[in-house]
Amino acid sequence: MKKIATALSVMLIAATPFAAQATPDDDLKAFRSYFTQKFPEVPVNDFVNGVYSVDAASREQWEAFEEFPSYEISIDNGEEKFNKKFANGKGYADCFPNYKKGIKQNYPYFDTDSGQVVTMEGAINKCRTDNGEKALKSKKGAITEIGAYLTSLSRGQKTSVKVPNDAKAIAAYNRGKKHFYAKRGQLNMSCADCHYYYSGSKIRADILSPALGHTTGFPVYRNKWAGMGTLHRRYGGCNKQVRAKPFKAQSDEYKALEYFHTYMSNGMEINGPSQRK
Amino acid sequence: MAKSSIKVRAKVKKGEAKVKCLISHPMETGLRKNKKSGKLIPAHFIQEVTCEHGGKTVMNAQWSGTISKNPFLSFAFTGAKSGDTVKVSWVDNTGKSDSTEAKMK
Amino acid sequence: MNHNRRVLLKGTFAAGATGIAISAGLLTPKAVLAAWPKAAFEAKDVNSALEASLGSSNHTASSEIKLKAPDIAENGAVVPITVTSKIANTEAISVIVAENGTPLTATFNLGATTSGFVSTRIKMGKTSDVTAVVKAGGKLYSTSKNVKVTIGGCGG
Repeated sequence: MKKIATALSVMLIAATPFAAQATPDDDLKAFRSYFTQKFPEVPVNDFVNGVYSVDAASREQWEAFEEFPSYEISIDNGEEKFNKKFANGKGYADCFPNYKKGIKQNYPYFDTDSGQVVTMEGAINKCRTDNGEKALKSKKGAITEIGAYLTSLSRGQKTSVKVPNDAKAIAAYNRGKKHFYAKRGQLNMSCADCHYYYSGSKIRADILSPALGHTTGFPVYRNKWAGMGTLHRRYGGCNKQVRAKPFKAQSDEYKALEYFHTYMSNGMEINGPSQRK
Repeated sequence: MAKSSIKVRAKVKKGEAKVKCLISHPMETGLRKNKKSGKLIPAHFIQEVTCEHGGKTVMNAQWSGTISKNPFLSFAFTGAKSGDTVKVSWVDNTGKSDSTEAKMK
Repeated sequence: MNHNRRVLLKGTFAAGATGIAISAGLLTPKAVLAAWPKAAFEAKDVNSALEASLGSSNHTASSEIKLKAPDIAENGAVVPITVTSKIANTEAISVIVAENGTPLTATFNLGATTSGFVSTRIKMGKTSDVTAVVKAGGKLYSTSKNVKVTIGGCGG
Protein backbone atom coordinates (compact mmCIF):
# COMPACT_ATOMS: atom_id res chain seq x y z
CA MET A 1 0.00 0.00 0.00
CA LYS A 2 2.73 2.39 1.05
CA LYS A 3 4.69 1.61 -2.07
CA ILE A 4 1.74 2.40 -4.34
CA ALA A 5 1.13 5.67 -2.52
CA THR A 6 4.79 6.59 -2.84
CA ALA A 7 4.79 5.62 -6.50
CA LEU A 8 1.73 7.75 -7.23
CA SER A 9 3.09 10.81 -5.46
CA VAL A 10 6.40 10.29 -7.19
CA MET A 11 4.73 10.00 -10.58
CA LEU A 12 3.19 13.41 -10.00
CA ILE A 13 6.53 14.93 -9.04
CA ALA A 14 8.26 13.18 -11.90
CA ALA A 15 5.81 14.72 -14.34
CA THR A 16 8.27 17.58 -14.32
CA PRO A 17 10.93 16.03 -16.59
CA PHE A 18 9.08 17.28 -19.64
CA ALA A 19 7.53 20.34 -18.05
CA ALA A 20 9.95 23.25 -18.41
CA GLN A 21 13.11 23.41 -20.54
CA ALA A 22 15.05 21.16 -18.17
CA THR A 23 18.76 20.93 -18.94
CA PRO A 24 20.56 17.60 -18.64
CA ASP A 25 22.02 18.80 -15.36
CA ASP A 26 18.59 19.70 -14.02
CA ASP A 27 17.48 16.18 -14.98
CA LEU A 28 20.55 14.68 -13.31
CA LYS A 29 19.91 16.53 -10.07
CA ALA A 30 16.28 15.48 -9.97
CA PHE A 31 17.18 11.89 -10.88
CA ARG A 32 19.76 11.56 -8.12
CA SER A 33 17.64 13.12 -5.43
CA TYR A 34 14.68 10.90 -6.37
CA PHE A 35 16.73 7.80 -5.60
CA THR A 36 18.58 9.11 -2.57
CA GLN A 37 15.20 10.03 -1.09
CA LYS A 38 13.62 6.70 -2.05
CA PHE A 39 16.48 4.70 -0.54
CA PRO A 40 17.83 6.88 2.26
CA GLU A 41 19.81 4.05 3.85
CA VAL A 42 21.90 3.45 0.72
CA PRO A 43 25.14 5.48 0.51
CA VAL A 44 24.86 7.26 -2.83
CA ASN A 45 27.99 5.62 -4.25
CA ASP A 46 26.65 2.16 -3.49
CA PHE A 47 23.99 2.50 -6.19
CA VAL A 48 26.64 1.36 -8.67
CA ASN A 49 25.98 -2.15 -7.32
CA GLY A 50 22.45 -2.15 -8.66
CA VAL A 51 20.01 -4.45 -6.93
CA TYR A 52 22.69 -5.45 -4.43
CA SER A 53 22.59 -1.96 -2.99
CA VAL A 54 18.95 -2.39 -1.97
CA ASP A 55 18.64 -6.10 -1.08
CA ALA A 56 20.73 -7.85 1.56
CA ALA A 57 19.97 -11.48 0.61
CA SER A 58 21.01 -11.16 -3.00
CA ARG A 59 23.97 -9.00 -1.97
CA GLU A 60 25.33 -11.93 0.04
CA GLN A 61 25.20 -14.16 -3.04
CA TRP A 62 26.84 -11.46 -5.13
CA GLU A 63 29.63 -11.14 -2.56
CA ALA A 64 30.21 -14.89 -2.90
CA PHE A 65 30.69 -14.32 -6.63
CA GLU A 66 32.98 -11.37 -6.06
CA GLU A 67 35.47 -13.80 -4.45
CA PHE A 68 36.39 -14.81 -7.96
CA PRO A 69 34.01 -13.28 -10.48
CA SER A 70 33.24 -15.02 -13.75
CA TYR A 71 34.12 -11.92 -15.79
CA GLU A 72 37.79 -12.29 -14.89
CA ILE A 73 38.11 -14.77 -17.74
CA SER A 74 36.81 -12.11 -20.12
CA ILE A 75 39.19 -9.43 -18.84
CA ASP A 76 42.12 -11.74 -19.53
CA ASN A 77 40.84 -12.61 -22.99
CA GLY A 78 40.15 -8.95 -23.63
CA GLU A 79 43.68 -7.95 -22.70
CA GLU A 80 45.06 -10.54 -25.09
CA LYS A 81 42.81 -9.34 -27.92
CA PHE A 82 43.55 -5.69 -27.20
CA ASN A 83 47.29 -6.26 -27.45
CA LYS A 84 47.11 -8.25 -30.68
CA LYS A 85 48.06 -6.05 -33.63
CA PHE A 86 45.90 -5.65 -36.73
CA ALA A 87 47.06 -6.99 -40.08
CA ASN A 88 48.32 -3.53 -41.01
CA GLY A 89 50.66 -3.42 -38.02
CA LYS A 90 48.65 -0.93 -35.99
CA GLY A 91 46.75 -1.76 -32.80
CA TYR A 92 43.94 -0.65 -30.52
CA ALA A 93 46.43 1.37 -28.49
CA ASP A 94 46.83 3.67 -31.51
CA CYS A 95 43.11 4.47 -31.40
CA PHE A 96 42.96 4.70 -27.62
CA PRO A 97 46.30 6.21 -26.56
CA ASN A 98 45.10 6.96 -23.02
CA TYR A 99 43.54 3.58 -22.37
CA LYS A 100 45.74 2.77 -19.39
CA LYS A 101 44.47 5.79 -17.49
CA GLY A 102 40.87 4.71 -18.03
CA ILE A 103 38.59 5.84 -20.84
CA LYS A 104 35.21 4.16 -20.20
CA GLN A 105 34.00 7.05 -18.04
CA ASN A 106 33.96 9.36 -21.06
CA TYR A 107 31.62 7.20 -23.11
CA PRO A 108 29.27 7.77 -24.73
CA TYR A 109 30.24 11.16 -26.11
CA PHE A 110 28.77 13.24 -28.89
CA ASP A 111 30.91 13.74 -31.97
CA THR A 112 29.80 17.14 -33.27
CA ASP A 113 31.63 16.57 -36.58
CA SER A 114 29.75 13.45 -37.51
CA GLY A 115 26.62 14.38 -35.55
CA GLN A 116 26.66 10.97 -33.85
CA VAL A 117 26.66 9.53 -30.37
CA VAL A 118 29.84 7.49 -29.99
CA THR A 119 29.73 4.51 -27.63
CA MET A 120 32.74 2.52 -26.46
CA GLU A 121 31.67 -0.45 -28.57
CA GLY A 122 31.19 1.87 -31.54
CA ALA A 123 34.67 3.31 -31.03
CA ILE A 124 36.22 -0.16 -30.78
CA ASN A 125 34.61 -1.15 -34.07
CA LYS A 126 35.55 2.13 -35.75
CA CYS A 127 39.15 1.45 -34.75
CA ARG A 128 38.87 -1.94 -36.42
CA THR A 129 37.26 -0.79 -39.66
CA ASP A 130 39.61 2.21 -39.93
CA ASN A 131 42.44 -0.31 -39.89
CA GLY A 132 41.00 -2.74 -42.39
CA GLU A 133 39.50 -5.20 -39.93
CA LYS A 134 35.94 -6.48 -39.81
CA ALA A 135 33.64 -4.97 -37.19
CA LEU A 136 32.72 -7.19 -34.25
CA LYS A 137 29.16 -8.10 -33.31
CA SER A 138 27.88 -5.68 -30.70
CA LYS A 139 26.05 -7.79 -28.13
CA LYS A 140 28.37 -10.57 -27.01
CA GLY A 141 31.67 -12.24 -27.73
CA ALA A 142 34.93 -10.46 -28.47
CA ILE A 143 33.50 -6.95 -28.13
CA THR A 144 32.55 -7.69 -24.53
CA GLU A 145 36.02 -9.04 -23.78
CA ILE A 146 37.81 -6.00 -25.15
CA GLY A 147 35.19 -3.82 -23.45
CA ALA A 148 35.69 -5.69 -20.17
CA TYR A 149 39.43 -5.08 -20.33
CA LEU A 150 39.10 -1.37 -21.09
CA THR A 151 36.40 -0.97 -18.44
CA SER A 152 38.47 -2.76 -15.81
CA LEU A 153 41.20 -0.18 -16.39
CA SER A 154 38.66 2.57 -15.82
CA ARG A 155 37.47 1.41 -12.43
CA GLY A 156 37.19 4.19 -9.92
CA GLN A 157 36.90 6.89 -12.56
CA LYS A 158 33.74 8.96 -12.31
CA THR A 159 31.23 8.77 -15.15
CA SER A 160 31.51 12.05 -17.08
CA VAL A 161 29.26 12.16 -20.10
CA LYS A 162 28.95 15.55 -21.75
CA VAL A 163 26.11 17.05 -23.74
CA PRO A 164 27.64 19.94 -25.69
CA ASN A 165 25.62 22.98 -26.63
CA ASP A 166 24.84 21.49 -30.03
CA ALA A 167 21.37 20.98 -31.43
CA LYS A 168 22.00 17.40 -32.57
CA ALA A 169 23.57 16.43 -29.24
CA ILE A 170 20.64 17.82 -27.29
CA ALA A 171 18.26 16.06 -29.67
CA ALA A 172 20.01 12.72 -29.10
CA TYR A 173 19.89 13.23 -25.34
CA ASN A 174 16.18 14.03 -25.48
CA ARG A 175 15.52 11.05 -27.72
CA GLY A 176 17.12 8.83 -25.11
CA LYS A 177 15.19 10.49 -22.32
CA LYS A 178 11.96 9.97 -24.23
CA HIS A 179 12.73 6.26 -24.68
CA PHE A 180 13.38 5.87 -20.97
CA TYR A 181 10.02 7.31 -19.93
CA ALA A 182 7.88 6.09 -22.85
CA LYS A 183 5.58 3.10 -22.48
CA ARG A 184 6.07 0.38 -25.06
CA GLY A 185 5.23 -3.17 -25.95
CA GLN A 186 2.23 -5.35 -25.29
CA LEU A 187 2.84 -4.97 -21.57
CA ASN A 188 2.83 -1.20 -22.05
CA MET A 189 5.71 -0.52 -19.70
CA SER A 190 8.56 1.94 -19.76
CA CYS A 191 12.11 1.62 -18.46
CA ALA A 192 11.03 4.08 -15.79
CA ASP A 193 8.13 1.92 -14.64
CA CYS A 194 10.50 -0.78 -13.41
CA HIS A 195 13.71 1.08 -12.72
CA TYR A 196 12.44 4.40 -11.47
CA TYR A 197 8.94 4.24 -10.01
CA TYR A 198 9.01 0.61 -8.89
CA SER A 199 12.74 0.25 -8.25
CA GLY A 200 13.33 -1.81 -5.11
CA SER A 201 9.96 -3.55 -5.54
CA LYS A 202 9.51 -7.07 -6.85
CA ILE A 203 8.55 -8.35 -10.25
CA ARG A 204 7.73 -12.00 -9.51
CA ALA A 205 10.81 -13.09 -7.57
CA ASP A 206 13.19 -10.49 -8.98
CA ILE A 207 13.95 -7.18 -7.35
CA LEU A 208 14.01 -4.17 -9.67
CA SER A 209 17.29 -2.29 -9.69
CA PRO A 210 17.35 1.51 -9.37
CA ALA A 211 18.41 3.24 -12.59
CA LEU A 212 20.89 5.40 -10.71
CA GLY A 213 24.29 3.77 -11.25
CA HIS A 214 22.88 1.37 -13.85
CA THR A 215 25.47 1.92 -16.54
CA THR A 216 28.64 1.83 -14.43
CA GLY A 217 28.86 -1.95 -14.34
CA PHE A 218 28.75 -2.72 -18.06
CA PRO A 219 29.78 -4.82 -19.88
CA VAL A 220 28.25 -7.38 -17.56
CA TYR A 221 28.60 -11.10 -16.88
CA ARG A 222 25.00 -12.09 -16.38
CA ASN A 223 24.41 -15.43 -14.67
CA LYS A 224 21.27 -15.77 -16.74
CA TRP A 225 23.29 -15.49 -19.95
CA ALA A 226 26.11 -17.58 -18.44
CA GLY A 227 28.27 -15.07 -20.28
CA MET A 228 29.11 -11.45 -21.01
CA GLY A 229 26.90 -8.91 -22.70
CA THR A 230 26.92 -5.25 -23.62
CA LEU A 231 24.48 -2.61 -22.44
CA HIS A 232 22.66 -2.81 -25.78
CA ARG A 233 22.29 -6.55 -25.36
CA ARG A 234 20.44 -5.85 -22.13
CA TYR A 235 18.34 -3.10 -23.72
CA GLY A 236 17.18 -5.62 -26.32
CA GLY A 237 16.28 -8.10 -23.62
CA CYS A 238 14.34 -5.53 -21.63
CA ASN A 239 12.40 -4.39 -24.72
CA LYS A 240 11.56 -8.03 -25.49
CA GLN A 241 10.38 -8.62 -21.94
CA VAL A 242 7.63 -6.04 -22.26
CA ARG A 243 6.89 -7.59 -25.65
CA ALA A 244 8.15 -4.68 -27.64
CA LYS A 245 10.23 -5.17 -30.78
CA PRO A 246 13.85 -4.66 -29.78
CA PHE A 247 16.09 -2.24 -31.65
CA LYS A 248 19.43 -3.34 -33.06
CA ALA A 249 22.52 -3.07 -30.89
CA GLN A 250 24.34 0.19 -31.72
CA SER A 251 21.23 1.55 -33.45
CA ASP A 252 20.60 5.30 -33.14
CA GLU A 253 17.74 4.60 -30.73
CA TYR A 254 19.86 2.57 -28.29
CA LYS A 255 22.80 4.94 -28.62
CA ALA A 256 20.49 7.81 -27.68
CA LEU A 257 19.12 5.81 -24.76
CA GLU A 258 22.65 5.00 -23.60
CA TYR A 259 23.52 8.70 -23.88
CA PHE A 260 20.68 9.76 -21.56
CA HIS A 261 20.96 6.68 -19.33
CA THR A 262 24.69 7.13 -18.72
CA TYR A 263 24.35 10.89 -18.19
CA MET A 264 21.99 10.08 -15.33
CA SER A 265 24.89 8.28 -13.65
CA ASN A 266 27.35 11.14 -14.04
CA GLY A 267 29.59 11.35 -11.01
CA MET A 268 29.12 7.65 -10.21
CA GLU A 269 32.24 5.48 -10.23
CA ILE A 270 32.88 3.00 -13.01
CA ASN A 271 32.85 -0.46 -11.42
CA GLY A 272 32.61 -2.66 -14.49
CA PRO A 273 32.84 -5.25 -15.69
CA SER A 274 30.42 -6.64 -13.12
CA GLN A 275 28.64 -9.89 -12.34
CA ARG A 276 24.89 -9.79 -12.05
CA LYS A 277 22.12 -12.36 -12.00
CA MET B 1 52.12 -20.41 -25.78
CA ALA B 2 48.53 -21.50 -25.18
CA LYS B 3 46.77 -19.73 -22.37
CA SER B 4 45.48 -21.91 -19.55
CA SER B 5 41.76 -22.27 -18.93
CA ILE B 6 42.47 -22.24 -15.21
CA LYS B 7 42.95 -19.07 -13.18
CA VAL B 8 44.37 -19.64 -9.73
CA ARG B 9 44.61 -17.29 -6.79
CA ALA B 10 46.32 -18.79 -3.76
CA LYS B 11 47.37 -17.22 -0.50
CA VAL B 12 49.12 -18.72 2.51
CA LYS B 13 48.17 -17.42 5.94
CA LYS B 14 49.59 -18.95 9.14
CA GLY B 15 50.63 -22.09 7.32
CA GLU B 16 47.23 -22.66 5.68
CA ALA B 17 46.98 -22.19 1.94
CA LYS B 18 43.60 -21.02 0.59
CA VAL B 19 43.29 -21.79 -3.11
CA LYS B 20 40.65 -20.29 -5.41
CA CYS B 21 40.25 -21.43 -9.01
CA LEU B 22 38.12 -20.15 -11.86
CA ILE B 23 38.02 -22.47 -14.85
CA SER B 24 36.77 -21.60 -18.32
CA HIS B 25 34.59 -24.56 -19.36
CA PRO B 26 31.05 -24.94 -20.80
CA MET B 27 30.00 -27.65 -18.27
CA GLU B 28 27.18 -28.95 -20.49
CA THR B 29 25.07 -31.62 -18.81
CA GLY B 30 23.92 -33.13 -22.07
CA LEU B 31 20.32 -32.35 -21.13
CA ARG B 32 20.06 -28.91 -22.71
CA LYS B 33 18.56 -28.40 -26.14
CA ASN B 34 19.90 -26.08 -28.79
CA LYS B 35 17.14 -23.46 -29.06
CA LYS B 36 17.45 -23.15 -32.81
CA SER B 37 17.90 -26.77 -33.91
CA GLY B 38 15.98 -28.46 -31.10
CA LYS B 39 18.80 -30.99 -30.82
CA LEU B 40 20.40 -31.97 -27.54
CA ILE B 41 23.73 -30.28 -26.84
CA PRO B 42 26.13 -33.15 -26.07
CA ALA B 43 27.44 -33.58 -22.54
CA HIS B 44 30.75 -31.78 -22.11
CA PHE B 45 31.84 -31.28 -18.54
CA ILE B 46 34.87 -31.55 -16.29
CA GLN B 47 34.86 -34.87 -14.46
CA GLU B 48 37.94 -34.54 -12.30
CA VAL B 49 39.92 -31.66 -10.82
CA THR B 50 43.14 -32.27 -8.96
CA CYS B 51 45.43 -30.05 -6.96
CA GLU B 52 49.01 -30.98 -6.20
CA HIS B 53 51.43 -29.42 -3.77
CA GLY B 54 54.92 -30.60 -3.01
CA GLY B 55 54.43 -33.65 -5.20
CA LYS B 56 51.34 -34.78 -3.31
CA THR B 57 47.69 -34.60 -4.27
CA VAL B 58 45.96 -32.44 -1.72
CA MET B 59 42.54 -32.42 -3.32
CA ASN B 60 40.81 -34.56 -5.90
CA ALA B 61 37.32 -33.51 -6.96
CA GLN B 62 34.89 -35.69 -8.89
CA TRP B 63 32.32 -33.57 -10.71
CA SER B 64 29.09 -34.04 -12.63
CA GLY B 65 27.65 -31.66 -15.22
CA THR B 66 25.67 -29.99 -12.46
CA ILE B 67 28.62 -27.92 -11.36
CA SER B 68 28.02 -24.49 -12.89
CA LYS B 69 29.47 -23.27 -16.17
CA ASN B 70 32.86 -21.57 -15.83
CA PRO B 71 33.29 -23.39 -12.54
CA PHE B 72 34.65 -21.88 -9.38
CA LEU B 73 36.37 -24.00 -6.75
CA SER B 74 37.99 -23.12 -3.47
CA PHE B 75 39.66 -25.34 -0.90
CA ALA B 76 42.41 -25.11 1.70
CA PHE B 77 45.29 -27.17 3.02
CA THR B 78 48.00 -26.87 5.65
CA GLY B 79 51.73 -27.43 5.51
CA ALA B 80 52.30 -24.71 2.94
CA LYS B 81 54.29 -21.50 2.85
CA SER B 82 54.28 -18.39 0.70
CA GLY B 83 56.17 -18.87 -2.52
CA ASP B 84 55.22 -22.55 -2.83
CA THR B 85 53.80 -23.72 -6.14
CA VAL B 86 50.46 -25.46 -6.61
CA LYS B 87 49.41 -27.33 -9.71
CA VAL B 88 45.75 -27.53 -10.66
CA SER B 89 44.56 -29.82 -13.44
CA TRP B 90 41.30 -31.06 -14.88
CA VAL B 91 40.07 -33.81 -17.20
CA ASP B 92 36.69 -33.71 -18.90
CA ASN B 93 34.36 -36.38 -20.24
CA THR B 94 35.71 -35.98 -23.78
CA GLY B 95 39.20 -36.76 -22.58
CA LYS B 96 40.41 -33.17 -22.88
CA SER B 97 42.53 -31.83 -20.07
CA ASP B 98 44.40 -28.76 -18.96
CA SER B 99 46.59 -27.76 -16.06
CA THR B 100 48.35 -24.75 -14.66
CA GLU B 101 50.89 -23.94 -11.99
CA ALA B 102 50.67 -20.95 -9.73
CA LYS B 103 52.83 -19.46 -7.03
CA MET B 104 51.09 -18.92 -3.72
CA LYS B 105 51.32 -15.50 -2.16
CA MET C 1 32.04 -58.63 -7.95
CA ASN C 2 34.55 -57.82 -10.67
CA HIS C 3 33.34 -54.23 -10.84
CA ASN C 4 36.53 -52.90 -9.26
CA ARG C 5 38.79 -54.88 -11.59
CA ARG C 6 37.04 -53.48 -14.63
CA VAL C 7 37.50 -49.93 -13.46
CA LEU C 8 41.22 -50.54 -12.80
CA LEU C 9 41.75 -52.02 -16.24
CA LYS C 10 40.14 -48.98 -17.90
CA GLY C 11 43.17 -47.12 -16.64
CA THR C 12 41.92 -43.74 -17.81
CA PHE C 13 43.18 -41.94 -14.77
CA ALA C 14 45.73 -44.44 -13.54
CA ALA C 15 48.66 -42.62 -15.09
CA GLY C 16 47.50 -39.19 -14.10
CA ALA C 17 46.95 -37.36 -10.91
CA THR C 18 45.46 -40.31 -9.15
CA GLY C 19 48.61 -42.27 -9.93
CA ILE C 20 50.64 -39.68 -8.09
CA ALA C 21 48.11 -39.76 -5.31
CA ILE C 22 48.47 -43.51 -4.88
CA SER C 23 52.22 -43.27 -4.62
CA ALA C 24 51.94 -40.43 -2.15
CA GLY C 25 49.63 -42.63 -0.11
CA LEU C 26 47.18 -39.79 0.26
CA LEU C 27 44.23 -41.39 -1.46
CA THR C 28 43.08 -44.79 -0.29
CA PRO C 29 42.91 -47.48 -2.97
CA LYS C 30 39.13 -47.49 -2.65
CA ALA C 31 38.95 -43.83 -3.67
CA VAL C 32 41.26 -44.45 -6.63
CA LEU C 33 39.20 -47.34 -7.97
CA ALA C 34 36.18 -45.05 -7.89
CA ALA C 35 37.84 -42.62 -10.31
CA TRP C 36 34.89 -40.92 -11.93
CA PRO C 37 32.17 -43.00 -10.32
CA LYS C 38 29.72 -43.17 -13.20
CA ALA C 39 27.14 -45.15 -11.23
CA ALA C 40 27.15 -42.58 -8.45
CA PHE C 41 26.72 -39.65 -10.80
CA GLU C 42 23.99 -41.36 -12.80
CA ALA C 43 22.03 -42.55 -9.78
CA LYS C 44 18.58 -41.01 -9.75
CA ASP C 45 17.97 -41.26 -6.03
CA VAL C 46 19.95 -39.92 -3.12
CA ASN C 47 20.65 -43.23 -1.35
CA SER C 48 21.99 -45.00 -4.43
CA ALA C 49 24.17 -42.00 -5.20
CA LEU C 50 25.63 -42.00 -1.68
CA GLU C 51 26.23 -45.73 -1.68
CA ALA C 52 28.02 -45.60 -5.00
CA SER C 53 30.04 -42.53 -4.08
CA LEU C 54 30.87 -42.86 -0.39
CA GLY C 55 30.12 -46.53 0.24
CA SER C 56 27.02 -46.10 2.38
CA SER C 57 23.77 -44.19 2.64
CA ASN C 58 23.68 -44.14 6.44
CA HIS C 59 24.48 -40.67 7.62
CA THR C 60 23.84 -38.87 10.88
CA ALA C 61 23.07 -35.21 11.13
CA SER C 62 25.95 -33.21 12.57
CA SER C 63 26.09 -29.67 13.78
CA GLU C 64 29.83 -29.69 13.12
CA ILE C 65 29.21 -29.26 9.42
CA LYS C 66 28.30 -25.80 8.24
CA LEU C 67 26.60 -25.42 4.88
CA LYS C 68 26.40 -21.88 3.54
CA ALA C 69 23.86 -21.51 0.73
CA PRO C 70 21.30 -18.82 -0.11
CA ASP C 71 17.73 -19.11 1.16
CA ILE C 72 16.50 -18.07 -2.27
CA ALA C 73 18.90 -18.61 -5.15
CA GLU C 74 19.17 -15.58 -7.41
CA ASN C 75 19.71 -17.89 -10.35
CA GLY C 76 19.37 -21.67 -10.28
CA ALA C 77 22.19 -22.09 -12.80
CA VAL C 78 24.81 -20.65 -10.45
CA VAL C 79 24.17 -21.20 -6.76
CA PRO C 80 27.20 -20.44 -4.55
CA ILE C 81 27.69 -22.94 -1.69
CA THR C 82 30.37 -23.42 0.92
CA VAL C 83 30.84 -26.47 3.15
CA THR C 84 32.97 -26.29 6.28
CA SER C 85 33.50 -29.46 8.33
CA LYS C 86 34.95 -29.35 11.81
CA ILE C 87 34.83 -33.16 12.11
CA ALA C 88 38.29 -34.62 12.61
CA ASN C 89 39.83 -36.50 9.70
CA THR C 90 37.31 -35.35 7.13
CA GLU C 91 38.36 -37.33 4.07
CA ALA C 92 35.56 -36.59 1.64
CA ILE C 93 32.70 -34.16 1.15
CA SER C 94 29.83 -34.90 -1.21
CA VAL C 95 27.21 -32.41 -2.35
CA ILE C 96 23.73 -33.77 -2.99
CA VAL C 97 20.81 -31.84 -4.52
CA ALA C 98 17.80 -34.10 -3.89
CA GLU C 99 15.50 -32.62 -6.52
CA ASN C 100 18.04 -32.65 -9.36
CA GLY C 101 17.50 -35.53 -11.83
CA THR C 102 20.82 -36.96 -10.72
CA PRO C 103 21.29 -35.82 -7.11
CA LEU C 104 25.06 -36.26 -6.73
CA THR C 105 26.70 -33.03 -7.84
CA ALA C 106 30.27 -33.55 -6.69
CA THR C 107 32.54 -35.41 -4.32
CA PHE C 108 35.68 -33.78 -3.00
CA ASN C 109 38.37 -36.22 -1.80
CA LEU C 110 40.67 -34.52 0.67
CA GLY C 111 44.25 -35.34 1.54
CA ALA C 112 45.43 -35.74 5.11
CA THR C 113 46.58 -32.13 5.36
CA THR C 114 43.60 -30.71 3.51
CA SER C 115 41.11 -28.67 5.51
CA GLY C 116 37.45 -29.67 5.70
CA PHE C 117 36.43 -26.78 3.50
CA VAL C 118 35.15 -26.53 -0.02
CA SER C 119 33.37 -23.78 -1.95
CA THR C 120 31.85 -23.97 -5.40
CA ARG C 121 28.85 -22.98 -7.55
CA ILE C 122 26.20 -25.54 -8.46
CA LYS C 123 23.18 -25.92 -10.74
CA MET C 124 19.77 -26.49 -9.23
CA GLY C 125 16.80 -27.38 -11.38
CA LYS C 126 14.24 -26.37 -8.79
CA THR C 127 13.71 -25.73 -5.10
CA SER C 128 15.45 -28.49 -3.22
CA ASP C 129 17.26 -29.55 -0.10
CA VAL C 130 21.00 -29.26 -0.58
CA THR C 131 22.88 -31.77 1.58
CA ALA C 132 26.57 -31.84 2.41
CA VAL C 133 27.70 -35.34 3.38
CA VAL C 134 31.04 -35.71 5.12
CA LYS C 135 33.00 -38.96 5.32
CA ALA C 136 35.29 -39.13 8.33
CA GLY C 137 36.70 -42.11 10.20
CA GLY C 138 34.67 -44.46 8.05
CA LYS C 139 31.37 -42.85 9.06
CA LEU C 140 29.06 -40.43 7.26
CA TYR C 141 27.73 -37.19 8.69
CA SER C 142 25.50 -34.61 7.07
CA THR C 143 23.73 -31.29 7.17
CA SER C 144 21.04 -29.94 4.88
CA LYS C 145 19.55 -26.65 3.84
CA ASN C 146 16.52 -25.95 1.72
CA VAL C 147 17.32 -23.60 -1.15
CA LYS C 148 14.46 -22.03 -3.08
CA VAL C 149 14.77 -21.60 -6.82
CA THR C 150 12.24 -19.18 -8.24
CA ILE C 151 11.08 -17.86 -11.57
CA GLY C 152 12.19 -14.30 -11.85
CA GLY C 153 10.43 -11.56 -13.73
CA CYS C 154 13.48 -10.14 -15.43
CA GLY C 155 14.18 -12.25 -18.47
CA GLY C 156 15.94 -10.86 -21.50
